[in-house]
Amino acid sequence: MMSGVHVSTTINGDAVEYVCHPRETLLEVLRNRLGLTGAKEGCGTGDCGACSVTLDGRVVCSCLVLGAEAEGRSVGTIEGLSTDGQLHPLQTQFIKNAALQCGVCTPGFLVAAKALLDRNADPTEEEIRYALAGNLCRCTGYDKIVRAVSAAAKDVRKHQR
Amino acid sequence: MRYAAPTTIKEAAGLLAKAKGSTFVLAGGTDLLVRMKGGFVEPDLVVDVKRIPALQTVTKSATGFRIGAAVPCAALGENTALKKAWPGVVEAANLIGSDQIQSRCTVAGNLCNASPAADSVPAMVAAGAKAVIVGPKGRRTVPVEDVPAGPGKTTLKKGEIVEAITLPKPAPKSGDAYLRFIPRTEMDIAVVSAGVCLTLGPKGVVKKARVALGAVGPTVLLVPAATDAIVGTTLDDEALAKLAAACEAACKPIDDKRGTIEFRTEVAGVLARRAARIAYQRAGGE
Repeated sequence: MMSGVHVSTTINGDAVEYVCHPRETLLEVLRNRLGLTGAKEGCGTGDCGACSVTLDGRVVCSCLVLGAEAEGRSVGTIEGLSTDGQLHPLQTQFIKNAALQCGVCTPGFLVAAKALLDRNADPTEEEIRYALAGNLCRCTGYDKIVRAVSAAAKDVRKHQR
Repeated sequence: MRYAAPTTIKEAAGLLAKAKGSTFVLAGGTDLLVRMKGGFVEPDLVVDVKRIPALQTVTKSATGFRIGAAVPCAALGENTALKKAWPGVVEAANLIGSDQIQSRCTVAGNLCNASPAADSVPAMVAAGAKAVIVGPKGRRTVPVEDVPAGPGKTTLKKGEIVEAITLPKPAPKSGDAYLRFIPRTEMDIAVVSAGVCLTLGPKGVVKKARVALGAVGPTVLLVPAATDAIVGTTLDDEALAKLAAACEAACKPIDDKRGTIEFRTEVAGVLARRAARIAYQRAGGE
């Protein structure tokens, strides 16, 4: 029998409770217990970033976080990026710029890009490329992703004004 | 597997001391969870130290800095005072992995993972950093270079945890730097690396120096002969050549897919020379 760990946490602003196995990752909890399947498992070892979520505001690989560690923390996933049915400028620009093909890496890119724009709404191309270095895409060649993030940054700045 | 998240260091050390079987400290988890996933380790107990308040902060005092063992490397880069005092150490810590990894990884974890290629370790060794260790017999403080014993092995005894890394207050006219070689610009493991810390005397003469090399031996190497090569000089070309030669002589690397023995040995000298130049400029030398 597994001895479960009871966890009370906040996900996308909502209070959530779950019981998980002590060695279950946050990614497994999100996908298999909570039905939040936006975060994907690519490598499972923190190299590809497809499972990116935020933990207390910092972008992390949810495959390298234990579900038990989320106790009392605040988790942000791709499911929380749009508000009231309105896509985030990043999502709009990803579509507009065709910054995705197969789409497996896209949620991770969006979460990581959101974390970047939250701390720097006017990033240079180099800053964008460094900030997204932990996210791998095997389809687009990255160029369209970088352009989409740059365009979204412009939208975010316009909105802030 | 049992997961424990104690709120005091005493409780954490007690859990580890009492536990039977395979026990691991969880700080950022960026090494431990990868090893668990790969089946390289099967922990019976994981002790998460991130709930211990004293381990979550960087504090500055009259004697220097204390970096709690649970502080993520990203937070070091956001700490203006630490960055100003020890730019080489902070740059080294910020080179580890991606933003995702930076949010989690810690310098204490980087040290205790005991990889010879750990980025933050040569910089910490050069800076004279110390590890504060808590165990069943109380607290002890050791130079960071005494913690790794070989690839994946440390000198920590059962029940011992690194609680913090301390850095001294930088001496006047001193500077540090860290450089690594990787075949790309980010997200890679050092093929060779070098950390240098210098203190200058009058007329730009090097008064004190510590040089450490990464990924050229079973542990990060402190190179006393490199100190001898540059102390008393103004870091002219002759001194730099001697520094490189001393570093090359200290190397005992392996051949692997990331670099040959010959390549690692030569590049160690090159990086030590370049890092020394940066440290010299940061110390106020010309």
